[in-house]
Amino acid sequence: MTDPVTNPANNSNSEAVVLEGVSKLFGRFAALHDLSVTLTAGQLYALLGENGAGKTTLLRIVAGLARPTRGAVRVLGSSNVRLVTARIGYMAHSTLLYDELTARENLEYFRGLYAGQPTASAEELLVAVGLDAVDPKRRIGQFSQGMKQRLALARAMLSSPDLLLLDEPFSNVDTRSIAAMAQLMAQMRDRGTTLIVITHQLEALAGVADEWIRMRAGTIIRRESAMDRNSVGTGRAGER
Amino acid sequence: MSLTRAIALHLRKDLRLEWRSKDAANSMLFFALLVVVVFAFAFDPLAEESRLIAGGIGWVALLFATIVALNQSWSRELRNSVLDALRLAPASANALFLGKVLANFLFVAAVEILIAPVFVAFYNLRVLGSEWQLVLVAILGTWALVVNGTFFSALSIRTRNRELMLPLILFPISLPALLAMVMATTNILTGERAPMDWIKLLAVYDVVFTTVSLLLFEIVLNAE
Repeated sequence: MTDPVTNPANNSNSEAVVLEGVSKLFGRFAALHDLSVTLTAGQLYALLGENGAGKTTLLRIVAGLARPTRGAVRVLGSSNVRLVTARIGYMAHSTLLYDELTARENLEYFRGLYAGQPTASAEELLVAVGLDAVDPKRRIGQFSQGMKQRLALARAMLSSPDLLLLDEPFSNVDTRSIAAMAQLMAQMRDRGTTLIVITHQLEALAGVADEWIRMRAGTIIRRESAMDRNSVGTGRAGER
Repeated sequence: MSLTRAIALHLRKDLRLEWRSKDAANSMLFFALLVVVVFAFAFDPLAEESRLIAGGIGWVALLFATIVALNQSWSRELRNSVLDALRLAPASANALFLGKVLANFLFVAAVEILIAPVFVAFYNLRVLGSEWQLVLVAILGTWALVVNGTFFSALSIRTRNRELMLPLILFPISLPALLAMVMATTNILTGERAPMDWIKLLAVYDVVFTTVSLLLFEIVLNAE
């Protein structure tokens, strides 16, 4: 007998993430306050908001790295996020990589942790993020911040996740690489991956994001589809 | 993925990181050497006295040195928040734990091997009991220190004063094992009493604490 709570077949396949009345308290401070949202599968969501708006906390709860103080979370059809973490790719502020290892060693190590699941090879991932030409003996402690960001994206992508959570992936990345990374995200979305991308660089996801979600003080204050946004014009391109 | 392969993966990574950074090895070695040498000068013992106190001094030196290694062991996973990636991966949490325990065991064992000749020279030691029993005590004692230390180091990883917290938690818990190690070592060095009861106590301690650590580690790893 299958568990109706965790069996994706019993849930709508179109819902990648469902949050109902989610709050997260750190002491008396509410990082998230009674937040409810449903995110459709196979879409690319840009998550916007000022520092302290609760974006990272939201991403960590969806990834299963933090538990909500109140409310219900359903990710990829499971209300127990721990059961589906293998299907989630996560890129944080930090690289989640070992500085003492080379790019290939890092990727091979993390691939090993996903053994038994389909994973891209280290070589394919390095090509995808444009790091294949880097000296293979160079440890990532010697990488620039932008190169580390690209490698962190490769690590997050290695298990071909159904849900990819990216926390400020464009920080310290040069313009050309930003465009390449955004293109890569669009390709993943086109293959059916759901992406939630926190960014302060709106222009990076212009023409790529399907929906823009703005947060303030731990809750969502506005959702806007790409179509709505385009019809308003490009006046918001510079907004933060 | 088999548990053995996952353990080997973590172990290989930890050995590689240590080989390149030498964070734990250098500090452990110098710390253990310092304690052994300082005590040798402080007490200046005769050969007979040495056999009575060497077990205590040796194990206390190793206990303190192990703390240094254990603090480094999880710090690596905190740098760049790698621990989050490990929590998300589907590989068994116990594989991560056992990989770390084995890596720490090898680091401490290497320090023991390097420091043993210095110890023998400074304390003018000659083993009067069975040498293979001494090796057995060293293996069981090192495992006791390392398995508990790795577990409690993970437990204190998110506390603000984790470097202070680890000895505060680990020392009281390790007292029965420490007593068994010291008594067994002293009995072997002096050759006066049979050390087997202490060795059995140490073996039971290892089995109990390894089992408890494996049962609880996943909860500790995923705690906020």
